Amino acid sequence: MAHGGNHAATHTHGHEGHPDQEALRMMGFWIFLITDCILFGTLFATYVVLHGSTAGGPTASELFEMPGVIAETFILLTSSFTSGLAVLAMNRGNKRGLIGWLAVTAILGASFIGLEVTEFVKMVHEGATIGTSAFLSGFFTLVGTHGLHVSIGLVWMIALMIQLGRHGINSVTKRKVGVVSLYWHFLDVVWIFVFTIVYMMGVK
Amino acid sequence: MAQQHPHSTHGHDAHDSHGHDSHESHGSLRSYVIGFVLSLVLTAIPLIVVLNDMVTGTAANIVLLGTAILQFVVQLFFFMHLKEEKKPRYNLLALILGLVIVLTIVAGSIWIMTYNSVG
Repeated sequence: MAHGGNHAATHTHGHEGHPDQEALRMMGFWIFLITDCILFGTLFATYVVLHGSTAGGPTASELFEMPGVIAETFILLTSSFTSGLAVLAMNRGNKRGLIGWLAVTAILGASFIGLEVTEFVKMVHEGATIGTSAFLSGFFTLVGTHGLHVSIGLVWMIALMIQLGRHGINSVTKRKVGVVSLYWHFLDVVWIFVFTIVYMMGVK
Repeated sequence: MAQQHPHSTHGHDAHDSHGHDSHESHGSLRSYVIGFVLSLVLTAIPLIVVLNDMVTGTAANIVLLGTAILQFVVQLFFFMHLKEEKKPRYNLLALILGLVIVLTIVAGSIWIMTYNSVG
């Protein structure tokens, strides 16, 4: 890499010796998150437009049970915080702390998915399936897509814990932990809007 | 890829903290704790206020959306460290572009479907 030569003199970076490549990959992931944001935006728009079209089926306020949803919300919020603690442990060079906090985050994420799947199964048993009404099609697509994202995040986090166990903290695993924690915070942000627009506005 | 020697982490740590301590880049425990507490409060407010019917109708919607947007900002600044990005701020620009698209899609869909006499 030709350092400095091609760049403008005002370019200030790299005083900590990070390769530019890792920073670029981080930015590439950020751009992916923005496109994911647009995906969720379209699903939110669809849900909001269709949420009154219940076709004689159950409405939001008849169907949603808030205690489980409130538990899911606080679990995901706490896991967003613990994924931040994992990054802090990493910045201190504490490998065991890093893997430990990632494990706590993954367990919280798994509890979230467990509660969500229980909720979905209960709804389907009550006859509220994805084909019942336009409202429920929008609901299962939006909330299901978020749940799928969390599930992918879980697999990813477990793979990363194995990799960290083998290779320790280096510039590559550092970037990967940074990326997965960014992804996790993003999923928490999406959930805040699911919680607000789907559940809270549905039952109020 | 060079394998990190298990005992070299201390030196690496010292090297890193040299670059970070001055302006808390990549977050500190303090900023994460503040962000977490603010998020908890911002989640509790709509639960208490709206589920107990202390506000209803449009006011309830304003409380709900207001606390959600505030919590989004809290996550961006305290967890995702958007403020600490160095210039040129491509991440911020990409985020603004994304938000403009999302708002256009959501608001446009609601607007069209509200006045859609066919549906």
